[in-house]
Amino acid sequence: MSDEARLTRTAVRTGGGAAWLARRWRRSQPGWQALGIALPAIIVYLYFSWGPILSSLVMSLQNPVPGGTAEWVGLDNFAYVLSDPGLPQATLNTVYYTLLAVLFGFPVPLALAVFISELKKQSWYFSGLAYLPVVVPPVVAILLWKFFYEPSSDGVFNTLLGAVGIAPLPWLNSTAMAMPSIVLETTWAGAGSAVIIYIAALTSVPGELYEAAELDGAGIWRRVWHVTLPQMRGIIGTMLLLQVIGTMQIFTEPYLFTGGGPQNATKTLLMTVFDYAFTRVDYGAATALSVLLAAVLALFSVAYLLLTRRWSRS
Amino acid sequence: MSTVARPRPVRLRRDRELEPESRTNIGAADFHRPSVRVTMAALRVVVLVLLVVTGLGPLVWLALAAVSPTQDLIQGPFSFFASGQVQWQNLAIAWERGRIGHYLLNTAALAAGSMVSTLFVSTTAAFVITVLKPRWGGLLSGAILATLFIPGIVSLVPLYLTVRDLPIVGISLVNTFWAVWLPAAATAFNVLIIARFLESIPAELYEAARIDGAGPLRILWSIVLPLARPILGVVGLLTIVASWKDYLWPLLVLPNPDNQPVSVALPRLADQTELSVQMAALFLALLVPVVLFLVFQRQFLRGASMSGSVKG
Repeated sequence: MSDEARLTRTAVRTGGGAAWLARRWRRSQPGWQALGIALPAIIVYLYFSWGPILSSLVMSLQNPVPGGTAEWVGLDNFAYVLSDPGLPQATLNTVYYTLLAVLFGFPVPLALAVFISELKKQSWYFSGLAYLPVVVPPVVAILLWKFFYEPSSDGVFNTLLGAVGIAPLPWLNSTAMAMPSIVLETTWAGAGSAVIIYIAALTSVPGELYEAAELDGAGIWRRVWHVTLPQMRGIIGTMLLLQVIGTMQIFTEPYLFTGGGPQNATKTLLMTVFDYAFTRVDYGAATALSVLLAAVLALFSVAYLLLTRRWSRS
Repeated sequence: MSTVARPRPVRLRRDRELEPESRTNIGAADFHRPSVRVTMAALRVVVLVLLVVTGLGPLVWLALAAVSPTQDLIQGPFSFFASGQVQWQNLAIAWERGRIGHYLLNTAALAAGSMVSTLFVSTTAAFVITVLKPRWGGLLSGAILATLFIPGIVSLVPLYLTVRDLPIVGISLVNTFWAVWLPAAATAFNVLIIARFLESIPAELYEAARIDGAGPLRILWSIVLPLARPILGVVGLLTIVASWKDYLWPLLVLPNPDNQPVSVALPRLADQTELSVQMAALFLALLVPVVLFLVFQRQFLRGASMSGSVKG
């Protein structure tokens, strides 16, 4: 096809004219037309992502004055938040929740994924069943489990325990058991997506490694330990990091299960932020605490990046 | 022209992701050993039973509870229909008096709108970054991807204040669906997976179109969108699922019960209604996502595994 023929097809847009005009048009296109196409994204990110992130930093250093411009208060908000007598408890609760969530929610999906990926045929329903709780809306799952956790001997779980001769447990009603109960539910609700991610990662483990290990006389368990797990190191580390970052920001489950009780035993950091912002309407304190929490989480990410870089170098 | 068949979109890495064909840990030689075969068969049964009990069990229980009289539920949580009564009207009461139908429609509208805004914003951004590559493209992609590393909690309060009183424009989005639709679009993760997909499309395609005189919009519409359909499906599905699950954000920006999605309405309803109707309401709220999952199971699992492969 000749240049002219091509140009006639774009004549409408270029307004006809010589080839040099069309070339110049094309060259100048990406400039303003790209900006036009990117504009919706730029506006949306400015308003709902970049703007709020920056203003969070600003607001944490300010105290709003009703009807006027906010006054700068330096690090007062941070000092206030750090000296809040509720903070140690909320921090401990959040760390405790994260530890339990990793303890419950980490090995089970990994083992399940390793097992499912060994199934040769007709195993699609294994991943389907494992994933089913993930599609249950969290609020539905929470309200359902709240009923399951009914502490009397007629509660669903207590009836099940009674069938095997275990006395009724107080579940959400005791300070000692409330947090583990919440973790049990979130593990049930979240394990499926980890299973699917691990199964996908397992397909990329080169089969030759298993063959070589087999020729070297390694049994199945030793192959899991020396081939599968080391090959999965990257994704395992990433999932661990994401899980820690996600669970440190837990809100919906404790809010709906216990409202933070009994005796603040399940009050998390994000619930404290929520309280500052929407109960006490102290935006300075709320943003100061969320900036602190985010800084800690960002530290985790950086530490993780440095670690993985060292791994990949060695 | 009309007789010329449109080229079918290339299907990139579609089918083989969830079905491993290469050798796994347990090879053919192992399967010749009876002990391995017996152990695997036994494990298969045990794991399946555990998965059915834990995955399906609570949902089946809820389905039965949804049509049980309240006193049966209170007397014994597993003595279903002890009074010999199946209360189908629970569902009708929850639907009408509990307005579950109304709230489900709100949820669907929020999810659909979030999907549209997310697809629009993420596709155009990814297109500019990977295909048009303007001089400031690196800055744009850097600024978008940087938000991936910033925990969502930082922006919660300022985002709420932004939505309550949009800077410059000066309007409030509170109690409108836009308060959910627009912030949902600012999800950097979606830009990332669409951009990765667009990078896998051979650059010659874009070049050819450009030489044929197609402008950026034409390239986006006629080349990128048809080719990117699989990945747009995944992003759309992930967005719908995330929106369907969301609780805290709609709780904050939709205080008017008429606009609330089912996730925000359910806890309020649970305090006001009797147990049997409560269970019926939960069941109805569960039905749509579970049916969607059963129908689109492959897409769901693909979306889930993809979110992992990008994170990894």
